Amino acid sequence: MALTAERIAELNELCRRFRIDVLTAIHAPKSGHPGGSLSVCEILTYLYQEHMNLDANKADDPDRDRLVLSKGHAAPMLYRNLAEKGFFPVEEMSTLRRMGGLAGHPNMHTPGVEMPGGPLGQGFPAAQGMAMALKLNKSPAKVYAILGDGELDEGVIWETAMSAAKFKLDNLIAIVDYNKVQLDGTTDEVMPLGDLAGKWEAFGWTVLECDGHDIEALDFCVSVADAAVGAPTVIIANTIKGKGVSFMEGKNAWHGKAIDDESFAKAMEELGGEVNA
Amino acid sequence: MPKAIREVYGTVLAELGDINEDIVVLDADLSGSTKSAIFGKAHPERFFNMGIAEQNMVATAAGMSTVGKIPFVNTFTVFLTSLGLLSARDQICYANLNVKFGGAYCGMSDALDGASHHATEDIAIMRALPNMKVIVPSDAASTRWATKYAVDNYGPMYLRLSRDVYPDLYTEETRFELGKGAVVREGSDVTVIACGLLVHKAMEAAEALAGKGVSVRVVDMYSIKPIDRELIIKCARETGAIVCAEEHNIFGGLGSAVSEVLAYEGCGVPTEFVGIQDTFTESAPYNELLAKYGVDADGVIAGVEKVLKRKK
Ligand SMILES: Cc1ncc(C[n+]2csc(CCOP(=O)(O)OP(=O)(O)O)c2C)c(N)n1
Ligand SMILES: [Mg+2]
Repeated sequence: MALTAERIAELNELCRRFRIDVLTAIHAPKSGHPGGSLSVCEILTYLYQEHMNLDANKADDPDRDRLVLSKGHAAPMLYRNLAEKGFFPVEEMSTLRRMGGLAGHPNMHTPGVEMPGGPLGQGFPAAQGMAMALKLNKSPAKVYAILGDGELDEGVIWETAMSAAKFKLDNLIAIVDYNKVQLDGTTDEVMPLGDLAGKWEAFGWTVLECDGHDIEALDFCVSVADAAVGAPTVIIANTIKGKGVSFMEGKNAWHGKAIDDESFAKAMEELGGEVNA
Repeated sequence: MPKAIREVYGTVLAELGDINEDIVVLDADLSGSTKSAIFGKAHPERFFNMGIAEQNMVATAAGMSTVGKIPFVNTFTVFLTSLGLLSARDQICYANLNVKFGGAYCGMSDALDGASHHATEDIAIMRALPNMKVIVPSDAASTRWATKYAVDNYGPMYLRLSRDVYPDLYTEETRFELGKGAVVREGSDVTVIACGLLVHKAMEAAEALAGKGVSVRVVDMYSIKPIDRELIIKCARETGAIVCAEEHNIFGGLGSAVSEVLAYEGCGVPTEFVGIQDTFTESAPYNELLAKYGVDADGVIAGVEKVLKRKK
């Protein structure tokens, strides 16, 4: 069923608040990854807050949907979503990157995390493994693997692309946060991806493409992907790195940069957030 | 102000590139972090950003070396010594190829990124590879030497580099040698054999302990493989107690290398191991991590106090 206009507006409002909370969390320790956290905001928020069969009170339900944030550096946006789902109090966002607090990259100390992250590429095959095992168990659960576009440079991504097609993993859905920027520069500068859709197609995947900041478009694509039979689906979600903060948008400099106080104030102004956190 | 070790490395590499046309530098989308970008800026035609593809990068370097190039491969230490390991072992070391490994963020120096980004087993991994030489610079001058040494001398070589700033320990006139360690402080009650950051922590500890009447010798074992066997034996005989100190798991690293010598030579003395106690670490500011995981001056002091109680 299509989302109502009200629900879409609610989710967009959640995204705005999550952006504020995530930047606040990254600003405090003067360390973290703003760019890729902001670009993946709608993708994670749609999946966690609207779509996935996941309940913090039944966190080990064998049939829960799984999400693996293969681009683990966007952890703060994952954490904010898990907190909203009730896996832990939102206040814990302020422990990001502090001793005993939420880790810079996801790990199993944090409820709701399905697989440690950090080394790019490795989350995708781990998600594949979940999909294969869930199939063996005849589970209806879906596995969503969230990939960075720079992350696609890793050979293991394409090893997984090949094997997931071989094993007809129609319960595995890859979503590429296609923000066209990685760490040292744009994907075109560092490692051109060429015909990205064509590449996935050639590996035997069903390819969907959408605006990764458009909740309605994400809803459409994910619903189509969920209904796939006999082949895995990839959603190439066109996004903007740093989305929502004008001076961060499209800039590799904001990939993993500490947010200074002045920039933070400007960002809060643009997003309608409070500075005194 | 002293520069970060990675900064010194990148700068020296670029300078060496001016005089040696065979040097090629590869990175895996971290050139701004590893500082290989300094070389890239100076010699763009000999700099290759391979994307986030460490296996691709290291095996490519293996191939380049067979055509006479001197490739330096760069990324975070933890990814270089894991994803880069297969080629390091089965191509570069097996065929004894002239590839140099720059492990940019050693130990917990990439502090806030957390355990996934901390390299606490790299010395163990790299020193277990036949033909691989392992060097851990401890300041700017030793970093300069190690980088130049890697260019001037054939064979696989691993440089364990820090994201961080280390205080100066040596001068530009200091002579370094592969297979040698340096006594950086004389002492007679106990020897702390350290590498990298822990040399500085050991110096602090030695100063504090001097106030308590304990005379601590500090050795900078910047060449971990080959290692200075004579110096280890000498320290064991002369001081009768040893503390190994490293920003690394206590298993497989400097402490193990020193212990192998002591055991083989039959001159074992009470030994303590200051390092990460076989555990994963976490995300936090660097100094807090060093304190919590016992790899700071207090950790070295505790190690010295323990070993002195056991000393006959
Ligand atoms: C194996 C590995 N190599 C390198 C890194 C360092 N690193 C972290 S993020 C990043 C760039 C990622 O770019 P992209 O996948 O496009 O992420 P996004 O733009 O969504 O932030 C790099 C090189 C890493 N985490 N893992
Ligand atoms: Mg990207």
